[in-house]
Amino acid sequence: MALQSLDIIRRSATTLPEPEARHAYTGQVAKLIDTTKCIGCKACQVACMEWNDLRDTVGTCTGHFENPHDLSEASWTLMRYTEYENPKGDLEWLIRKDGCMHCEDPGCLKACPSPGAIVQYANGIVDFHEENCIGCGYCVTGCPFDIPRISKKDKKAYKCTLCSDRVAVGLEPACVKSCPTGAIVFGTKEDMRRHADERIEDLKSRGFDQAGLYDPAGVAGTHVMYVLHHADQPGLYSGLPEKPRISPMVRLWKGSAKPLALFAMVATAAVGFFHYMGIGPNETDESDEEAARRELEKRP
Amino acid sequence: MTNHWVDIKNADVVLVMGGNAAEAHPCGFKWVTEAKAHNKAKLIVVDPRFTRSASVADYYAPIRPGTDIAFLGGLINYLLTNDKIQREYVVNYTDLSFIVKEEFAFTDGLYSGYSADKHSYDKSSWDYEVGADGYAQVDPTLKHPRCVYTLLKQHYARYVPEMVERVCGTPKERMLQIWETIASTATPTRAMTIMYALGWTQHSTGSQMIRAGAMVQLLLGNIGVAGGGMNALRGHSNIQGLTDLGLLSNQLPGYISLPSEGEQEYAKYLAARTLKPLRPNQLSYWQNTPKFFVSLMKAWWGDAASAQNNWAYDYLPKLDKLYDMLQVYELMHQGKVNGYIAQGFNPLAAAPNKAKMTAALAKLKFLIIMDPLATETSEFWRNHGELNDVDSSKIQTEVFRLPTTCFAEEEGTLVSSARWLQWHWKGASGPGEARSDLQIMAGIFTRMRSMYAKEGGAFPDPILNLTWKYAQVESPSPEELAREYTGNALKDLADPKDPTKITRKAGEQLAGFAELRDDGSTQSGCWIFCGAWGPAGNLMARRDNTDPTGIGQTLNWAWSWPANRRVLYNRASCDAAGKPYDASRALISWNGRAWGGADVPDFKVDENPAGGMNPFIMNPEGVARLFARANMAEGPFPEHYEPFETPLGYNPLNPGQSQAINNPAARVFPDDRAAFGKAAQFPHVATTYRLTEHFHFWTTHARLNAIIQPQKFVEIGETLAREIGVTTGETVKVSSNRGYIKAVAMVTKRIRPLKVDGKVLHTVGVPLHWGFMGTAVPGFLTNTLTPSVGDANSQTPEFKAFLVKVEKA
Repeated sequence: MALQSLDIIRRSATTLPEPEARHAYTGQVAKLIDTTKCIGCKACQVACMEWNDLRDTVGTCTGHFENPHDLSEASWTLMRYTEYENPKGDLEWLIRKDGCMHCEDPGCLKACPSPGAIVQYANGIVDFHEENCIGCGYCVTGCPFDIPRISKKDKKAYKCTLCSDRVAVGLEPACVKSCPTGAIVFGTKEDMRRHADERIEDLKSRGFDQAGLYDPAGVAGTHVMYVLHHADQPGLYSGLPEKPRISPMVRLWKGSAKPLALFAMVATAAVGFFHYMGIGPNETDESDEEAARRELEKRP
Repeated sequence: MTNHWVDIKNADVVLVMGGNAAEAHPCGFKWVTEAKAHNKAKLIVVDPRFTRSASVADYYAPIRPGTDIAFLGGLINYLLTNDKIQREYVVNYTDLSFIVKEEFAFTDGLYSGYSADKHSYDKSSWDYEVGADGYAQVDPTLKHPRCVYTLLKQHYARYVPEMVERVCGTPKERMLQIWETIASTATPTRAMTIMYALGWTQHSTGSQMIRAGAMVQLLLGNIGVAGGGMNALRGHSNIQGLTDLGLLSNQLPGYISLPSEGEQEYAKYLAARTLKPLRPNQLSYWQNTPKFFVSLMKAWWGDAASAQNNWAYDYLPKLDKLYDMLQVYELMHQGKVNGYIAQGFNPLAAAPNKAKMTAALAKLKFLIIMDPLATETSEFWRNHGELNDVDSSKIQTEVFRLPTTCFAEEEGTLVSSARWLQWHWKGASGPGEARSDLQIMAGIFTRMRSMYAKEGGAFPDPILNLTWKYAQVESPSPEELAREYTGNALKDLADPKDPTKITRKAGEQLAGFAELRDDGSTQSGCWIFCGAWGPAGNLMARRDNTDPTGIGQTLNWAWSWPANRRVLYNRASCDAAGKPYDASRALISWNGRAWGGADVPDFKVDENPAGGMNPFIMNPEGVARLFARANMAEGPFPEHYEPFETPLGYNPLNPGQSQAINNPAARVFPDDRAAFGKAAQFPHVATTYRLTEHFHFWTTHARLNAIIQPQKFVEIGETLAREIGVTTGETVKVSSNRGYIKAVAMVTKRIRPLKVDGKVLHTVGVPLHWGFMGTAVPGFLTNTLTPSVGDANSQTPEFKAFLVKVEKA
């Protein structure tokens, strides 16, 4: 949705200049998810559904704690649980709140062919404007974190908005508000990085030597970051990508291939134009028409 | 809780055992997070399952369900043998030096005075030696062969780490690591809090598990201090208020017990509850019982309660036995109960052994359900296929459903785990024809009263004379009730020191229970709540979170019983001279003239410490009891007994004694005993528990909760799953000797097989939630499986340890 108080700095598939009068002077925002404080209570999932007026279906149990089983157009965030036996033989239950990472360099936006269906605000939030979505699913391909989901109902793409409507009026996202242990916190990216440093220091003092912050450079950093006990192995956390980057196909298509494609289109038009001007329009004679009739008669 | 939720942030070590705070109390658990973040606290979780709490713990240890006393007994032994006790605290503030009667004995798992026929004890030997001066005898050198210190050491000497490992299945090294961490709080400047819940109460030895935890805390000097305490996390909103108001069958409000049938005489009843000091210059606060009791009787019966009729003592029932839940359902099952009101209660789902419960409900003439929801109990008679396979044509019970409002649709007060009475305001009006519980109860009462008035009866006086001075007879307001249960003056009260001075005018609210009198001039429906609605108004509605000392003592937020005190026994946070043991989190101190500080002193406010008055003022000894005297059913020291459905068939601590396998003092009805299963047929140990996503059987009616945890499952370990050929997501059948359920198997690493006395045991986790009503996927009721046997003191059912067989469905 478009919000007056949030300036759009980037829009999918458009070359119009963006407004620049305002700037995120107080700093870009970030949500920090501390997996080491998370107890997997799913309050964030419920708060997300409540604030955004979403109701996923009442499913079934498949023998796992995750419910619903995957992200969907009605589940924009999901707790994912991994049972991990560490080298010492102790069990760890690694619980990660999955959802949009709000990349600084968003693959979905890059891939999107529909003007204005995906935008990035000055504060860093990446938002889908479903009214412009054509349901092509390129954003799904473009996302290195496998987040957007296409609704079966309206064939449009949905994902976490980082509660852009709440943030626009100075509130924290609903999941942050509901988190009982303070495992999800929200503020400027700078403050969140500082908070993460304190948490990492505490974790190191408790024997997690590899504790660290997940803010991957491959997408120029994210506006949703994780504190991990094992930052050296993000894959442990239900397959969090170790080095996420936008798919080379998207880069090719929207990057170096884009001017080439543009050139090809212009060249085709030019060739057509010069053909018309130089040789004249394509015309048919009697023998062409006769050949066409024979072709038609061959068909049953 | 002896302490309160916010105070947990002051802890250096947090022991979560007999509970799963992160799972069941996620909002309160934030204070554990605070302790870890700001206090470098270490979190220890001991649980049969690797839980949500364990997922953020520094140390986790598995334990076989029902063996917590062995673990804690081992810890007591460890603390005593390694001298990891806060010696000054323990010597001064506990009964360690008290000398026990010569006749007291403990042999082969049984204490002196046992009667095998009655399954109970003659407890006369379980007491101190009392001298000619009427005081208990002590030996401050702790050398006496019968002083509590000697007996305690002897008793737990058997609980060596190897024995604990054999009984509990907890790996010894992990156990010792945890004990060492716990022992680090024996210094005066370190505190440990214990957070427990139904994981301790729901055992046939549950009360003694809690006692064992409290004994550990006393030895470490962790009772009465900030960041310490024994903290019971109450699961059900206002279950704390329920016990405070005496809604147990043998209780009156404010922890005064009802008379037994042997106590027909008022004077004797009162004398037994008016406790004289057992040591010189001790406060023994229960000396004030007559003031509390008379004020209660005045609140209930007004002018009909007078000195002439012993304050209407004859109106009170005199109990022949305890009428707890299990007893009442036993009587119902025998056809001796005609009608039953289930008010905000779903016994078909919540009581053990569903088959027995169904048969019992079917024998009622009428059943009244007061509930906002269509509960399983309200549909016990309807066939729901395999989930509730009854023949409706054979059930004649008439069921009335009276829809009530829910908590958010009414105002009033709830008592939190922290003993805080917090007033709340209604958020919405109830739907349709729903009425508040108050209105429904008032409607039933006024109709009963007019029937008694018209038709008479065996003894109509208690009903006809009940005080009922509410503006709307059929709808007493929460405010009116609050003024009544907190208390006010019935006459002008004169200052005892200066009779010309009136301290409180007739009709005025009282500031606290110190103003209560035993001459009928005051009334208070629950003495411990006295002052909550005081002369200044409704203190429960206060919302000032000012915390001047920074340790979470927000004395102007709501109101805490007793006397707005936030940490019980806080006098024990100071040394004998009245100086705080830890100045960085001082609760109170003696300033030379009076006690005061960040909390309301739990002590006589002007008592000079030099006088030797001790901190545990509710005990006539003035000190805390490591030796419970005659207050527990099964013995003065907690002893490990196996769950009634034991996977071993013997008690490794008392292998030769067949009477000491299970709790020797438990009450077991013959039909329930016959329904126990044996390990040969049911080899797996089951334990029930709750999930964050649900609240009992309510939230399976709520769509959001149903979405995030839609269907019943049971948790089994990977080894057991392999043995029975089940993979995660497949359906399993779980059977006990009382019935079976089917559920989705959740195969997990979080439950591991335990090696117990050389035998490999598998634990099965069965969540309590889901039934055949509601929005979630319909499921079997867990209590189809559970045995009907209770703790010997509280009769709380043994839901946490019983035998089942798991197989592929």
